[in-house]
Amino acid sequence: MHAPVAPVRTPLIEGHKSYHNITEDLCAPTEKAPSLAWIIAFVVSVATMTFGLFSLAWTIWFGIGSWNLNRTIGWGYDITNFVWWIGIGHAGTLISAILLLFRQKWRTGVNRAAEAMTIFAVICAGMFPATHTGRPWFDFFMFPYPNTRGPLWVNFNSPLLWDLFAISTYFTVSLLFWYTGLVPDFATVRDRAVGFRKKLYNVLSFGWTGSAKHWQRWEALSLVLAGLATPLVLSVHTIVSFDFATSVIPGWHTTIFPPYFVAGAIFSGFAMVQTLMIITRKILNLQQYITINHIESMNKVILLTGTIVGVAYLTELFIAWYSGYLYEQFAFFNRAMGIYWWSYFGMMACNVLSPQLFWVKKYRRSIYITFLMSIFVNIGMWFERFVIIATTLARDYLPSSWSYYTPTWVEIGIYVGTLGIFFTLYLLFTRLAPVVAVAEVKHILKSAGDQYIGERAKGTQGSEAIHESAH
Amino acid sequence: MSQHTKEVFYGLYNDEEDLLHAIQEANAQHLDIMDVYTPFPVHGLDKVMHLEESRLHIAGFIFGSLGFLTAFGFMTWVFTRDWPIIFGGKPYWSVPAFIPITFELTVLFAAIGMVVSFYTVCGLGPGVSNPILDERITDDKFCIAFETADADLEALKAFFKKTGAGEVHTKTI
Repeated sequence: MHAPVAPVRTPLIEGHKSYHNITEDLCAPTEKAPSLAWIIAFVVSVATMTFGLFSLAWTIWFGIGSWNLNRTIGWGYDITNFVWWIGIGHAGTLISAILLLFRQKWRTGVNRAAEAMTIFAVICAGMFPATHTGRPWFDFFMFPYPNTRGPLWVNFNSPLLWDLFAISTYFTVSLLFWYTGLVPDFATVRDRAVGFRKKLYNVLSFGWTGSAKHWQRWEALSLVLAGLATPLVLSVHTIVSFDFATSVIPGWHTTIFPPYFVAGAIFSGFAMVQTLMIITRKILNLQQYITINHIESMNKVILLTGTIVGVAYLTELFIAWYSGYLYEQFAFFNRAMGIYWWSYFGMMACNVLSPQLFWVKKYRRSIYITFLMSIFVNIGMWFERFVIIATTLARDYLPSSWSYYTPTWVEIGIYVGTLGIFFTLYLLFTRLAPVVAVAEVKHILKSAGDQYIGERAKGTQGSEAIHESAH
Repeated sequence: MSQHTKEVFYGLYNDEEDLLHAIQEANAQHLDIMDVYTPFPVHGLDKVMHLEESRLHIAGFIFGSLGFLTAFGFMTWVFTRDWPIIFGGKPYWSVPAFIPITFELTVLFAAIGMVVSFYTVCGLGPGVSNPILDERITDDKFCIAFETADADLEALKAFFKKTGAGEVHTKTI
C-alpha cells in the first residue's frame, strides 16, 4: 500500500521502522535519564562556558585593553571568531531551507539538529561584535531609535550596520523556522509524557492537535519560510564579507569576497554538522536515522564547497599578480610568505587539500575519516578568517606601523568559552527536544524506508547496513 | 478552547492510505466529517477533503511589502529630509546602499508576520491547550472524527467498519 519507489534511491531510514518505532526511537533520548557520556560532556561544557563568561566579565570590567589589539591590528580574535561562528551557522539554514526547496529527502535526518546548531552558533557569534565595541552597555546606540541627539540616526550606508540588521534578522527567522518545525514534535512528546513533563510539553507544543487544516498551513508556512531563508542565508555572509570588501585595505577590497565567504560558510557549517552528528548518532543511538548515506551526502557538499573555496584562494592570488598593483601583490605575498605563513599553510592544507580525499567513495563513507576531516575543516576555516584579518592588518601601508598580534588569555578564554556555550546549549537541546524531526521522518518513511526500496523491499539487509553495524 | 462541549465519534486507522480511501468513501456517502487528525502531513489529504489552498503566502507578501516600504521609506526620509549627510561624496539618496537593510527588513517582516498569522488562524500559541481525542494521533494513528449531535450513529459505525478503522470511540470534548 505505498507508491513505487525507484530502486536507485538509497534508503534513509534503516531497520524496517514502523511509525510507532520512529516515535519510540526519536523521543527516547528526551525520556530516559541522561547517559554517563552526556553528563561528562555537560560538566565539561558548563565548566568551559563558565571560564568564557568569566573572561567576558573581565573584558567588560577592565575594558578591551585586556585584549592584545593595537593601533595597527584593530580586529583580532574577536572578528575572526565572529565570522567563524556565523559561518558555522550557515549549514543549518542551508539544510533546512535550500534542501527543502530542492526536495532533498536526506535533510529530514539532520535538519532539526543543524537548525539548532545555527541558532546556538549565531548566539556565540553575536557576543564578539557586542563586546568588541568596548562599552557593550551602549550597544543599543546601534539601533535607529528616536533619541535626544537630534535625533541623530545611525549610518545606514555602513556595512557594519547592514551586518547588525542581517544577523538580527537571520537569528529571528532561524528561530521562528526551527520552533515552528518543533511544535508538532513537542506534541508527540507531550502525548507520551506524564506529570510535570506533560505540563511542560503542553506549553511548548502550543496546543497542537494534528488537524488536517493545521498541517496544510504548516506545510505552506514551512515552504515560504524556506523560500525566505534561502536568499537570507546567502545575504548574511555576503554582508559579513562587505565588512571587508567595501574597505580600501589591500587583500580585503575584492569583489570575489561575497561568493567566496558564502561557500566557505557552508563548508565550515557542514563540517560542524558532521562533528555533531557523528557524536550524536552514536550517543543517542540514531544510526538508523542518520545513516552513512546522510554522512556521504554531506561529505559531497563539503567536497564541493571546499573546492570552491580553493578556487577562490587561487583566483585571489592570480588577480593580485594580474592587477599589477603593488600593494595588492604585497598583501598576498605577505599572506603566504610573511610572519603569519603558518596560518596560511594551515588554511590551505585543511581547507583545500584535505577535503580532496572525499573524491574516493570509500573515504566519504568512513565515519572515522569524516570525523577527522570535519575537525580539520573547522580548524582550516578558523585559520582562513585569521589569515584574512590579522595577516592583512599586520602589514599595512606604513612599514613604521607594522605590528604583530597574539591573543591574551582573555581573548582565548572568550573563544573557548563560546565553544562551551555552544555545546552546553546543544546538550540541553538533545535532552529537551527530539534531535531528529519526528513528523518529517514519518512523512518520508514510505519513500525512503529500507523496507520500501529495491531489493530491501524483500526484507534482505543490504551491504550498507552490515557495513554500518560493523562500526 | 471550545466553549461548548460536544460529543465526538471517531475512528482510528493504522495507515494513511486507508485514511485517504476512507475520506473518499465518506464523501461518497455524504458524511459530514468534523476533522481529520494525522501524525504528519499526509499528501493528498487536502485534495480529498476539498480544503482550500492556504492563503498564508498572501499574508507573507503583504507583510514583506510592509517591511520593504518601512525600511526604504525610513532611510529615504532620514537621508533626504530629516538629517541629510554626505557619505563618501555620494548623493543623499544613495539607493544601492539601502538595498541590504531593505532586503533584511522585508524578510524579517514577512517571516514574523506569517508565523504570527499562522498561529493566530490555527488558534495555537503559548498557553493554549486544545482537547485531544487520542494520544496516539501524534504517534501512529490516523483519525477521522464526526460530531454525533445530528449524525446517524449506525451509519457512521457501518462506515468505519467498511473502511477498515482499527478502533472506534466516542469522546466528549
